[in-house]
Amino acid sequence: MERHFDEELNDLKHRLTKMCALAETMIGDAIKALVQRDASALTAIQQHEAEVNRLQVEIDEMCFTMIALRQPTASDLRFILGATKTTTDLERLADQAVNISNKAERLMKQDPLKPFVIIPQMTDIARGMVRDSLHAYVNRQVEKAREVIQRDAQLNALKKEINAEMLEFMQRNPATVPYALDIVLVAHNLERIGDHAKNIAENAVFVIEGKDIRHGTENRPAA
Amino acid sequence: MSAAKENVITVSNLDLWYGAFQALISVNMAVEKQKITALIGPSGCGKSTLLRVLNRMNDLIPGVKITGEVLLEGRNIYAPGVDVCALRANVGMVFQRPNPFPLSVWDNVAFGLKVAGQNSRAQVEEIVERSLRGAWLWDNVKDKLDHSALELPLDQQQRLCVARLLAVEPEVILMDEPCSALDPIATAKIEELMLELVKQYTIVIVTHNMQQAARISNYSGYMLLGEMIEFDETSRIFTSPKDKRTDDYISGRYG
Repeated sequence: MERHFDEELNDLKHRLTKMCALAETMIGDAIKALVQRDASALTAIQQHEAEVNRLQVEIDEMCFTMIALRQPTASDLRFILGATKTTTDLERLADQAVNISNKAERLMKQDPLKPFVIIPQMTDIARGMVRDSLHAYVNRQVEKAREVIQRDAQLNALKKEINAEMLEFMQRNPATVPYALDIVLVAHNLERIGDHAKNIAENAVFVIEGKDIRHGTENRPAA
Repeated sequence: MSAAKENVITVSNLDLWYGAFQALISVNMAVEKQKITALIGPSGCGKSTLLRVLNRMNDLIPGVKITGEVLLEGRNIYAPGVDVCALRANVGMVFQRPNPFPLSVWDNVAFGLKVAGQNSRAQVEEIVERSLRGAWLWDNVKDKLDHSALELPLDQQQRLCVARLLAVEPEVILMDEPCSALDPIATAKIEELMLELVKQYTIVIVTHNMQQAARISNYSGYMLLGEMIEFDETSRIFTSPKDKRTDDYISGRYG
């Protein structure tokens, strides 16, 4: 039986998807400005961030109202609780994109220490994780959610690689320190984006299976 | 490790037929002592039938056939020679509509005691007062114990029916939609009373009000077409039921 409540839940899914698409665009734009030294890529970032913040408040308000008026249970309740956590992660990962854009503004005025290779790789992985985690969440795809969680390790490894690379530049030539440090921070921002996407994927598992797998609890024996 | 559960009632492989119609199909259920167990499910699913099995109220219906086992404190209540009146005193029932006898408030509560041969006036008085207090009714009726029970408001009549049970000191109280005739305030009072009673008694309730099951019960059983689809802790049933049919029912997708 299709319920009127399902229309509200679909509206919620639609807004989450919109929020996710905006955040993903912000990440892409910030990195494009950095890698292609293209200042025009940053023009929409502030506006997108404002929109993401607005959607977070709007979605949380929707969830709050639905809990109060509909008294959801079981999978509906898990979806709505999960949605409020997901908006927090989406908003925070969008903030990471803003952090990257701030560094990009400085960095694009200078010649890079070397051609960008790892940062674009990390960006592809992080954006994919964001997109797929939310897709898994709204479409109840538990396999996809678990696969996103696995991808986080790749980001962590690439971040270590970039750290080692930048350390070498800084040791060889202290004049590179300001630039190299910013690159280390960009890698850190991308890695944090992956962490937020992982949270969303863990939320998806909770919504679909009712199982809380945060903090590696899934493989830990029961107390 | 938590303490082992003490089950008052254990239902095993229970089948029940009304003539040719099978109303209960291989039902299993354990009712834990001093807990509230709620039976939920759509109309006709067998939840009231199952409730009535627990104190053999179905015996009164012609053509009923039962197989399987129902143990109360380890004893089969369907075994030959079981004293059904004693069983029903031990496993009392509160019905959908309050059904006080057309007698005074006092006589309603004392009725079971008289039937049981309790003749000491002092003792009957003590038990009547204790039972009315136990059902949170004493303050409402202490000045009108000789009034007809039918003059009381509906929720007080329902609590009088509870007091009538308490007088004969049952172990288990069965409640068949006890709030369906009551307004929300009266319902809240009965629910609070149940939460108080469960400190001493074991309660099994049939309810159509799922929020009521969620609010007050420790265990919930979801029944559909005569089968016990899922039986688990209420906190589990209303957050992460295992069976999709349970999820669909409690979230209103059923039908």
